[in-house]
Amino acid sequence: MGHVVWFEHYTSAHRCAVGGKNASLGELTCAGLPVPPGFAVTATAYSRARDAAGLTGTLAGLVAAADPGRPQSVAEAGRAARGLVASMPLPDHLDAEVREAYALLCERCSIPDVPVAVRSSATCEDQPDASFAGEHDSYLWIRGAGDVLGNLRRCWASLFTDRAICYRRQMGYPETGLAMSVVVQKMVQPRAAGVAFTLNPRDGDRSQVAIDASWGFGEAVVSGEVNPDNFLVDKVIGEVSQRTVSRKEIEYRLTGADRVEPSPVDRARQDIPSLTDEEIKAVAALARRAEKHYGCPQDVEWALEATLGAGPSAAAGCAVVLLQSRPETVWSRKPPRRAATTGGSYMDSIVNSLLAPLHTRRAGDDH
Amino acid sequence: MADRFPSPFDIATPPGAEGWQELYSYSSVFSQDRREYEESMFWFMDGVHTPEVVPPWDATILEFAIIVLSQYNTRHYLVPPALGVDIRFLNGYMYLSPVGVTDPAEVEARVPQFLQRAGYYFEHWDELYASWMGKVRALIDELEEVKFQPLPEAEDLEVITGGLGTGSGLELLTQYNRLIELTLKLWNYHFEFLNLGYVAYLDFFGFCKQAFPSIPDQAIAKMVAGIDVDLFRPDEELKKLAALAVELDLDDAFGGPAAEVLAGLRDRPGGDRWLQAWTAAQQPWFNFSAGSGFYHTDKVWAEHPDIPLGFIASYIAKVRRGEQLERPAEAIATERDRIVGEYAELLGSDEDRAAFQAKLGLARTVFPYVENHNFYVEHWGHSIMWRKMRDLGGIFVKEGFFAEPDDVFLLGRNEVPVALFDAYHGWAVGSPARGPKYWPREIERRKGIMNALRAWSPPPALGVPPEVVTEPFTVMLWGITSESVQQWLGGADTDGGLSGFAASPGVAEGPARVILSADGVEELRDGEILVAPLTAPSWAPVFGKIAATVTDVGGIMSHAAIVCREYGLPAVTGTAFGTKTIKTGQRIRVDGNTGKVTIVG
Repeated sequence: MGHVVWFEHYTSAHRCAVGGKNASLGELTCAGLPVPPGFAVTATAYSRARDAAGLTGTLAGLVAAADPGRPQSVAEAGRAARGLVASMPLPDHLDAEVREAYALLCERCSIPDVPVAVRSSATCEDQPDASFAGEHDSYLWIRGAGDVLGNLRRCWASLFTDRAICYRRQMGYPETGLAMSVVVQKMVQPRAAGVAFTLNPRDGDRSQVAIDASWGFGEAVVSGEVNPDNFLVDKVIGEVSQRTVSRKEIEYRLTGADRVEPSPVDRARQDIPSLTDEEIKAVAALARRAEKHYGCPQDVEWALEATLGAGPSAAAGCAVVLLQSRPETVWSRKPPRRAATTGGSYMDSIVNSLLAPLHTRRAGDDH
Repeated sequence: MADRFPSPFDIATPPGAEGWQELYSYSSVFSQDRREYEESMFWFMDGVHTPEVVPPWDATILEFAIIVLSQYNTRHYLVPPALGVDIRFLNGYMYLSPVGVTDPAEVEARVPQFLQRAGYYFEHWDELYASWMGKVRALIDELEEVKFQPLPEAEDLEVITGGLGTGSGLELLTQYNRLIELTLKLWNYHFEFLNLGYVAYLDFFGFCKQAFPSIPDQAIAKMVAGIDVDLFRPDEELKKLAALAVELDLDDAFGGPAAEVLAGLRDRPGGDRWLQAWTAAQQPWFNFSAGSGFYHTDKVWAEHPDIPLGFIASYIAKVRRGEQLERPAEAIATERDRIVGEYAELLGSDEDRAAFQAKLGLARTVFPYVENHNFYVEHWGHSIMWRKMRDLGGIFVKEGFFAEPDDVFLLGRNEVPVALFDAYHGWAVGSPARGPKYWPREIERRKGIMNALRAWSPPPALGVPPEVVTEPFTVMLWGITSESVQQWLGGADTDGGLSGFAASPGVAEGPARVILSADGVEELRDGEILVAPLTAPSWAPVFGKIAATVTDVGGIMSHAAIVCREYGLPAVTGTAFGTKTIKTGQRIRVDGNTGKVTIVG
């Protein structure tokens, strides 16, 4: 098996080799959802490179020497290990395989040095991915094969953050099987981006899609640096049932230096909705497709592609792309809402409706 | 923000309207006799049915409507927490007040009776509704048979030779009493099913809101809405006539005054065929009022062919532009099934799904009545009733009492038989009746009062705001909720926007046109947003032109809301201040999804 798995070639057999994030992107791509194209660099690539560089024992030794009780020793071990991994050479065949895949991606997108996001995709339970949100690294707007390879190593190096080292030591996970897959995905330059839940997180209403949106790259929304616009869309009739437009003071956008950085939002755009009604509906429809695919409420990240080439769903007249989808965890664990009053005939129910008038129930809103 | 509305006793009579109270029933005006009770109640102005000053005779119909609505809640079905709706006229405007049952023991005692009585109607709905249709058609025939004949110089010889033994004076009084009796009966029929229909709908509505707190109101309405609705038939007929005109190559014959258009068609090849179709459509579908049907001034299509011909001309223009006129009934049905299926799937349990289907089933059983009765009563029945009353007005004109037949509507319902008796007396005795001396002056005085009242602007509500509204009509039809009451107390939103009911989905922006009465609808231009106290179903044909609708009054089941959903037009209803806040020509944004109206420039 090669060390590169394109999203569209993903099968469940790859899951362990490509990690959760890649698996999700692969599955969504195969389901026909508009995911920006890209590929996974498998976990084996890391272990091959590490072995070829002769670092296996050294790294295990550094970690073993760290004492979780002494932060200083962990920091020193981590710094050393990360330095080694970030600068280790890749075996020629592996280096060529990644370069080839990136070249093909550029060709497919018809963009020379297509900008990509390089992100870690944890493969096994010994990596605190979900519970350590943001722990593993994510590098945005990377252009050119050399930088892709460099950031691939930086992702690998994130296996040796202080926190990851402590976690493995505390949980007693061995260093031997340690590996990490990496996502290389074409980046869209979004006019707006954000997250969406396929239920109303306020009351668990499953007939609604709740969208948080703001200007520029989705990082501002995900990190909570901006107070996003909030929209509620009814899944069935597809209409926007509620909208709250917030003051959006910062956005992540591409700077003159070709880097994605937080910048102030110009005055004129601060108080206007970051999505049109059409766009809101397109985001909701996309979230709903992800939900239907997985068969349970989802928490998705999306972006509204602005300029960069033809979006995957440009043919459908919109350019909303899906960047991630994972199961919603809060309401999904609770028993579903109940509406029917137990027992009694329809007449009893009518009497109840009359005695507890709608008016008071709506005013109460205590669901 | 105030915590209550002005007392009805603090409202001054507009200058020039002194004595207006005497034009209305003594029992339907605020008085010192019942001051304590009246000041303790909450009164809202019924802009849904009576956005304008109600002429004295027209008040009859409103009194009939309200008394029967009330009797069904209070005495027929014993709706547990709700009695009727009280009615008062103030400066010529109608104010209503829902009356609840306050004693919990009494509410409890009414429950078994309600279960038995309402339950019987729900169980036998289809057969009872079929019987209703027969009853109301027979009643309409009886109304049509009411005839007001002028008093003859001498009775026909047949009266003598037939040994009839009664005369034309008695007949005139009898016919008037008959008209009153039949109209009250028409209103009894109107409410035979309506309260129960609303109750069943509210039950389904409440269930949906419980299951899906954020479900839009119009999604619920869409699940219940009928496909073939008699109320939309008049408009359907116009579309068919427009299509036929294009098919017969007659489309250039439309656009002028009715008499010329119809005369011109007679000479055209194919014109006969079109005119036959035109005549065939009229009975019964042109017994259709251009207003709410509650005013004698509301124009009826059958009597004003310019109205339907004007709509036909605008439909012809649409056909020429290649637009589809006919409602895609099959697509609407498929969409309705899809909506129902998807919400059902989103429910949390099979138990909920079973309850959902049962409640939806009941709501759909009752809904054809809720949608259709309006055509048979307010349009067809009222068209005949107003026409008969004008015939009677013609008799008064002939007797020298009035200058115009319509002057009869400046008399109260119980003044008419007295005036008739005066004419009868003069005719019988062969002496001068007092009427020709008395009424011309009195009619002028009353016209002056009406004009003075029209210049007054009624507050949306009076008295003490309610804690809870339990009367089903107040919520569903008039859209009175604690939110709307609070909004009235607070006035318009501070940002200059307005809010109301999200009555029909979609968002539109465009220049506003404020239309205060049915006669103004012709001023509407393509792409404008209609801002009106209310809209009537019969305005349907103008909806092809406009971009959205904003009304001052009405809930999600008001006629305006139903028609706007039908025509896919964004609508915000019940804004209270729409026509006062928005000026013609201002650019406004109407959000039919959230119920917000914003003035953008």
